[in-house]
Amino acid sequence: MHWFKRKTYPEFWNNYASHFKRAQSQELEKIRFMVFDTETTGLETKKDRVLSIGCIAISQLKIKVSDQLEVYLKQELFNADTVKIHGLLRDGKLTKIDELEALKEFLNYIEDAVIVAHHAAFDVAMINEMLKRNDLPKLKNKVLDTGHLFQKTKIDTSKTHFSLDELCKRFHIPMHDRHTASGDAYITSLLFLKLLSLLNDKNKLKLNDLLSPVKRIGLL
Amino acid sequence: MNTIAERIFDYLKAFPPFNLLTRSQLFAVSERVDVIYLEKDKYLFEIDKPVEDHFYVVRDGAVGLFRENNSLVDECDEGDIFGLRALLRTGLYKLNAKAIEESIVYSISSELLEKYITTNKDASQFLMASFASNTRVKQADDNDFIESLNRSSEYTYLQTADYSKNPITCSIHTSVKEAAQIMTHKHVGSIIIVNDNKPIGIITDKDLRTKIATGKFTIDDKVSAIMSSPVITYPETITVAETQIAMLKNKITHLCITKDGTDNSELTGILSEHDIIVLRENNASSLIKEIKRSYWPEQLKDIRERTETLLTKYLEQDIPIDFISKLVSAINDAITQRIIEFALTEMDSKPPTKFTWLAIGSQGRQEQLLMTDQDNALVFEDVEPSKYEDTKSYFLKLTDHINHSLEIVGFELCPAQMMANNPKWCNSITEWSQQFKSWIATPDQDNLMLCTIFFDYEHVYGDTSLVNQLSEQIFESIASHDIFLTYLGRNALQNPPPLSFFRQFLVEDDGEHKDQFDIKSRAMMPLVDAARLLILSHNIKSTNNTLERYEKLAELEPQNKDTYIFCLESYKNLLRFRTQRGLANDDSGRFIDLESLNKSDRLRLKRSFKAVKSIQELIKTRFKLSQLL
Repeated sequence: MHWFKRKTYPEFWNNYASHFKRAQSQELEKIRFMVFDTETTGLETKKDRVLSIGCIAISQLKIKVSDQLEVYLKQELFNADTVKIHGLLRDGKLTKIDELEALKEFLNYIEDAVIVAHHAAFDVAMINEMLKRNDLPKLKNKVLDTGHLFQKTKIDTSKTHFSLDELCKRFHIPMHDRHTASGDAYITSLLFLKLLSLLNDKNKLKLNDLLSPVKRIGLL
Repeated sequence: MNTIAERIFDYLKAFPPFNLLTRSQLFAVSERVDVIYLEKDKYLFEIDKPVEDHFYVVRDGAVGLFRENNSLVDECDEGDIFGLRALLRTGLYKLNAKAIEESIVYSISSELLEKYITTNKDASQFLMASFASNTRVKQADDNDFIESLNRSSEYTYLQTADYSKNPITCSIHTSVKEAAQIMTHKHVGSIIIVNDNKPIGIITDKDLRTKIATGKFTIDDKVSAIMSSPVITYPETITVAETQIAMLKNKITHLCITKDGTDNSELTGILSEHDIIVLRENNASSLIKEIKRSYWPEQLKDIRERTETLLTKYLEQDIPIDFISKLVSAINDAITQRIIEFALTEMDSKPPTKFTWLAIGSQGRQEQLLMTDQDNALVFEDVEPSKYEDTKSYFLKLTDHINHSLEIVGFELCPAQMMANNPKWCNSITEWSQQFKSWIATPDQDNLMLCTIFFDYEHVYGDTSLVNQLSEQIFESIASHDIFLTYLGRNALQNPPPLSFFRQFLVEDDGEHKDQFDIKSRAMMPLVDAARLLILSHNIKSTNNTLERYEKLAELEPQNKDTYIFCLESYKNLLRFRTQRGLANDDSGRFIDLESLNKSDRLRLKRSFKAVKSIQELIKTRFKLSQLL
């Protein structure tokens, strides 16, 4: 009869989980956002693997260059087809760490920050698969998707899916280091700040407004 | 790894003061940047809010700095720094910073940068200039800060001259023979005659050649018979620059160094021209010597061209511009003097009366560094009415020779005929006094323009008493026409300075953008005009040089010292800048291509606009011009 016995987790997970005991603030100025991006061997969350994770934090609505994380992972799986996108070679000169080590650093870094990513569902799923492979639960953080936030602005309702490239062009965000995890995370963070200021015209925007589904925005 | 910090590093390294930091210093700064996104019209900081421990660099877009009444102080574009008040650590913001376009701004830790920058001379000077360019006149609380940065960055070129500390001396009772034996024994070319260890005379190798070897005196005569006396003395703190000027001015090759700088104190050293040559490979004085030995204008042309090379070298060595302009003026004067001597020998007879040759305009102010056109005039002593015609035609013939020889040397003829061979500007002292009097009595636009040219006259050749007479009469005329200075004041305010630079434009006070910059009329002339006006209002004669005028004004009006020093520094910068531009482009350096300006150039120029603004405000108040304008 082990159904009541809780699984025990490594210390780094417990540390991570402990951050969620305090309530998340609703004031955007007081929230630590963690904008991130992953480079992967492909787009299938079950089969493909994460090659690198780039993260940058936003506090007081400022991008904190000092509060960032950049990790490269050792993976057995290698897909020559995606190398031309992210430029990450199987060996290469970068220092690489294994998945468990990467998760340790990642969780230790993000704490209870609100996760922001472009098409966040994919990147979050990739991380969750990684956690699963290492016998750990899913991420506990709140997640914001910049694609979703753009829909909320109602600037362009012609379609529901906009690529990071399309949005950067639309908002004149310079696209340096596109398709490196850190570079994309930085571009996404600029896009995120821009979207916040568009949505925040009355200065009353709260975190819940951002988390709410798109269709409700018209009723606010 | 921090890819983002690397990108920020790559961006910042293109701009001062960041380009002056070491790689690891700049990387440490870049790693701690905060990136701020600003919508159009959003404020980054506001007046009377406490300063933060960050200052800002525009990454994309543009940020405007505004005063309380919403008047624009500056527009900052990509790479511009603002919010430097943070470096003072305390106090409140004095300006509003508002995005005038959608902008991305880097916020940089002032603490970290200060740590690196106070140990970096170039970087601290740059920041000082940036900060001061947005502070109209230095304020008391800023002084400490500027002072502390200044201390770490003293000009090395103003080093004190390295003089011989063991001068060879003898007493007044020594014979020439004994003195020569001492000099030979000690391998020196000069000996100082002292009395109670105070210098009273000097003998050099040249004296032995010209006075002994020629048989004029014998070797048994006492040194007092052949020594040059009194000696020129300076204190121990004399700089290389001062030494050169003193030697040029007095046409000597040795200076005595004494305890208090007068010949009434203890001799501590001797400074020879040779010491200076060794200190700094310098040949301005040898150029002057060559000028004196020349026989025709063509030779002088070559010397004047070599002066240009020397000028380039001095500018590269960062030698103070006031010193450079004095040297170049000394050379120009020597050339003119030599040419006048040539011209006099060409004449059939000696001059019928005393005369004096005046340099006017920029040459009269000793600010003519580049070869621009000549401006000059001639004054001759009054003669009997019956002799007037002959006298005038004699001098017109003489001046014609001079003007054309100057043209051969490379000083182009003045297109406006402001030259001594123009019958209008070759006059007797009485005619000149009348001329000035009529300009002063009827200060219309044309006359004021002539005043601005002819008031800056400098004696170059001939009788100095005529110049003094002229100056006295001019001041008398001014004193009896109160309103004149008011008109001259209004004239000095005709050209308000631009506000700032923004991308490839010049921003005017009303926010208008222009794409051309005339450094002479927009920045230099207003400072020149202001200095002339103020110095005339103090009845100061014969101070023509703009820098010297500001120095004098700072001394006369301690309450306005900051403003005058500010103008002085700005004028130095402008003079240097224009000369560099002129030499580089082989033109007058007057029109500036805005795209060619880098950030530090813009800052330096911008700072000079503030100087013009502050001096014009001072003039407006002093001469009660607000009603008149």
